[in-house]
Amino acid sequence: MAKNPMELKWQEIPLGFVWNQPQSSLNNHTGSWRSERPIWDEQHCIRCGVCALFCPEACVRTDERGYFHADLDYCKGCSICAHECWTGCIKMKPEEA
Amino acid sequence: MGKRKGVESSIALADSAAMCRIEAIAAYPITPQTHIVEHLSEWVNDGHLDAEFVPVESEHSAMSAALGMSAVGARTFTATSSQGLALMHEILFIAPAMRLPIVMAVANRSLSGPISIWNDHSDIMTDRDIGWVQIFAENGQECFDLVPACFRVAEDKRVVLPTILNFDGFVVSHMIEPIEFWTQEQFDAYLPPFDPQIKLDVRKPVAMGAVGIPEIYYEARLAQQNALLNAKAVVVEAFAELEKMVGRKYNLVETYKADDADAILYLMGSLSETAMTAVDNLRKQGKKVGLVRPRLWRPFPTQELLAAFGNVPVVGVCDRALAFGHEHHMVAQEIRTLFYDAPNRPKLVEFVIGLGGRDVTIGDMEHILNRLLEVKNGAPVGPVEYVGVRK
Repeated sequence: MAKNPMELKWQEIPLGFVWNQPQSSLNNHTGSWRSERPIWDEQHCIRCGVCALFCPEACVRTDERGYFHADLDYCKGCSICAHECWTGCIKMKPEEA
Repeated sequence: MGKRKGVESSIALADSAAMCRIEAIAAYPITPQTHIVEHLSEWVNDGHLDAEFVPVESEHSAMSAALGMSAVGARTFTATSSQGLALMHEILFIAPAMRLPIVMAVANRSLSGPISIWNDHSDIMTDRDIGWVQIFAENGQECFDLVPACFRVAEDKRVVLPTILNFDGFVVSHMIEPIEFWTQEQFDAYLPPFDPQIKLDVRKPVAMGAVGIPEIYYEARLAQQNALLNAKAVVVEAFAELEKMVGRKYNLVETYKADDADAILYLMGSLSETAMTAVDNLRKQGKKVGLVRPRLWRPFPTQELLAAFGNVPVVGVCDRALAFGHEHHMVAQEIRTLFYDAPNRPKLVEFVIGLGGRDVTIGDMEHILNRLLEVKNGAPVGPVEYVGVRK
């Protein structure tokens, strides 16, 4: 794995700011911005997937049982999943230090 | 030696670009640059040049299309002027950031308002800090010679930056001059085929034009700044090779009778042709005056300029655009900065002249040079003088 781009010195910036590793943006764990995280109540979840459909980061995925979770490396806590959820089973929980 | 023929400078410049074997042109017509792209469209339409000619709907699109064509590895050319350059403004910064070696000819013209199609430097002064290599030509022959030099510098692996060739609108662009053409063989020997350092290629996917978040934007900008500063040595090399090829010597900074001068006038573009005649007239009267002018403007040739001025006690500066709201205009600001750290700062006398195509006569230049000699003999420097304005 190449050096983390965020640690490059100016001399190491690739010519023209061109990045030649496809999907390398996955290395940026932008979930650090989040101030709230979505919590699914599996008692009420009907596994319809509307949360995954609306997630603007495409970071909501199913587990092996078909229930949904957010990948917290990328989830920014926008709460769109909670807003769109038909059964209201997603609650936003503040991230506390 | 190539063939000399009487031809309009714009046409010669377009011929030169075509003979550089450009592969892509994005252009929108704007006075006084129009003849360049018009003539290139004839080259393409007549089947003499195998290039993609994209007639876009605005200069914003012209520069955007030029970026795209350069990004796939095509030798790309465009030309503009004044309002067109201004309309390109936001895209102009992106070409050097993406290190795309586009070459653009800019026929310098005033900016509105009032509406004016005539020559001054307000367009390029506004786009001084865009990060391109910038070179000035002052007559038709120089326009012809310097297009291949621009491509050579822009595409050099040690530079990889877009390059602007500035020349005065109408005064140069529409002048018919005897111009010595290079042969196609000379072009091919001087300018190797384009070997793009950055290229969109589906077999080797890359991301271009990515976001630079606060953790990396600063480093990217500094990398670009140092790349531009380092381009100077390559420009020197390109001019030296040009001299070997066609025998005409180009320097980063040009001087005229400056060596023993009591006062030197600094100016940019074709004004120096008028000023040279004025210098000759004054020299006949025993007055020791000289000229200094930048050929390379960005990167700024600091050391070369200091060497050219030497220890001259009085320097005059001609501005051809206004830095609204500042007492010292752009060229004067640059020359003031140049001398700030100099051990023997000369007295600096500032002039504004030739705005919006106002005629600049030999008499005007003699007046300016005489003013410099008065200051040399103890007269006060005074504020900037607006030469030729009615008051």
